Amino acid sequence: MKRRHFISRTALSSLTALVGADIVFGALIPDGYTPLLMQDPDPFTLFKKDKGMVVLNDKPWNIEAKAHLLDDDITPNKYMFIRNNGLIPEDIDVSTWTLTIDGEAVKTKKTYTLAELKSKFQSHTYQLTLECGGNGRSEFDPPAKGNQWTVGAVSCATWTGVRLRDVLEDAGFTNKAVYIGFHAADVHLSRDPEKEPISRGAPMAKALQDETLIAFKMNGQDIPLAHGYPLRLVAGGWPASVSGKWLQRISVRDRIHDGTKMTGDAYRVPCNPVAPGEKVKDEDMCIIESMPVKSLITYPQSGAMIKDGQKLNIRGHAWAGELEVKKMEYSIDFGATWQNCPIAKPKNRLAWQNFNASIAFPKKGYYEVWARATDANGTSQPMLLPGWNPKGYLNNACHRIAIKVS
Amino acid sequence: MEEHDKFKSQIRSIYRLLTTLMVLFGITALAVVYLISDPTLSFFKEPTPVEEYAVVPSEDDFDKIENGIHVRTGFKDSEGLMAVVNNCTNCHSAQLVIQNRMNAERWKATILWMQETQNLWDLGKNEDIIVNYLVTNYPPQKKGRREILRDISWYDLKE
Repeated sequence: MKRRHFISRTALSSLTALVGADIVFGALIPDGYTPLLMQDPDPFTLFKKDKGMVVLNDKPWNIEAKAHLLDDDITPNKYMFIRNNGLIPEDIDVSTWTLTIDGEAVKTKKTYTLAELKSKFQSHTYQLTLECGGNGRSEFDPPAKGNQWTVGAVSCATWTGVRLRDVLEDAGFTNKAVYIGFHAADVHLSRDPEKEPISRGAPMAKALQDETLIAFKMNGQDIPLAHGYPLRLVAGGWPASVSGKWLQRISVRDRIHDGTKMTGDAYRVPCNPVAPGEKVKDEDMCIIESMPVKSLITYPQSGAMIKDGQKLNIRGHAWAGELEVKKMEYSIDFGATWQNCPIAKPKNRLAWQNFNASIAFPKKGYYEVWARATDANGTSQPMLLPGWNPKGYLNNACHRIAIKVS
Repeated sequence: MEEHDKFKSQIRSIYRLLTTLMVLFGITALAVVYLISDPTLSFFKEPTPVEEYAVVPSEDDFDKIENGIHVRTGFKDSEGLMAVVNNCTNCHSAQLVIQNRMNAERWKATILWMQETQNLWDLGKNEDIIVNYLVTNYPPQKKGRREILRDISWYDLKE
């Protein structure tokens, strides 16, 4: 399917939804003609996002959710953040789309069509937490360079696909294999065909996990264009940049993958802690692997006013990268005291977990409800910003909402 | 006489030639006028649907400033604006610039990184103009270890 057709079709259905009726002669809208809505691209229509989502950047597209939009157990497309490094591919033809396995540590280079991938290997479905490594960047001081994400660059949708392990084993890899690196169809911002916007990867141990998928469905449907249609690598619990969209090739490397955004300060933090603002040499930066423990209060929306004596029901999600969340607490007195609240088991490994609580307030006034998760290793979220790093990654400080009791 | 006839026939052929040229010119002119008004030749194709949405008038002033903001990009109107617009919005949107808050040293490092890896050209004399514009209009703000909650929209929670 050519992207233009895809867009005109989605645009048409969106227009239809907008007008509230079928657009007469819609099918006759000529090929070269772009409806007005698309000329001034409205991302909410273009990507079917909720109007409450926040556009951080329109070239490349970067859009985040707000905490209260992430209330669903399984994140629907309309509330899923978009983090693009380059331009969305323009000509996607699923009939000719292939995935190639190559690299120094592959026995023989092998190419699969989409149909072969789907028929040859067993499909699996997992609910997987994908959080941008830079989620929370906006809070760092001194400020860190990049899109200034607040709290909404996280999602937990269900992904269906084949295991990367099954495909790699079918292609065959040698004992020299260290890392996999992806290559994709997105276009560099400079439109230089020699450059890749992003080409990241993961060590073999992560690549061979049950839950690491080459996915072709999200929430039971074709993956939306902005999220990697028609094929996406999905590695839950790690920075979402490992989950390469518009996947075309996976290289099995005999060294740590050195593609775009694997080196320098991209998706890396200082190996040893540094003072805020300190300069760090490239060789002292280490690649981010599992994401840290974190949680979000998704109900109610911050700013709720309740009557004295009324109880406040809160709920939200917690996740901990490769680990499970073992304990969930909340505080209404800025961390002076903490109350435990129930935390559900994840639907599967690497899925976020739901919590809820019913809170009674002792007297009238302004409160903040703070949430704190603790992972299976006993590590908790900090109330203050965690260690400063040049690119502002891994801010897992406690989330809080404002409440007034009157 | 012979001379006269010859002259007459020459005049006639010139007249014919001129008439043909005039007719051709007329047809071409009509075609050009038509093409300008209907460049896709839609008149000769299948009828196109009637569009129900309004056409936005084309921007009179491409670099219009409104309330101190360069409308097309969102940048603040200040010394160096056009150097920033012309050098910093070719690959990425102005939104990426406006979101960030850096000092001169870190902006220069960012420019160098874009030149080394992202195909940004040599900015020459414009580099200082651009960096000065950025640190003047989008300076870093002190946030400390954790900010207070701001811009809270209060609402009655009904359960």
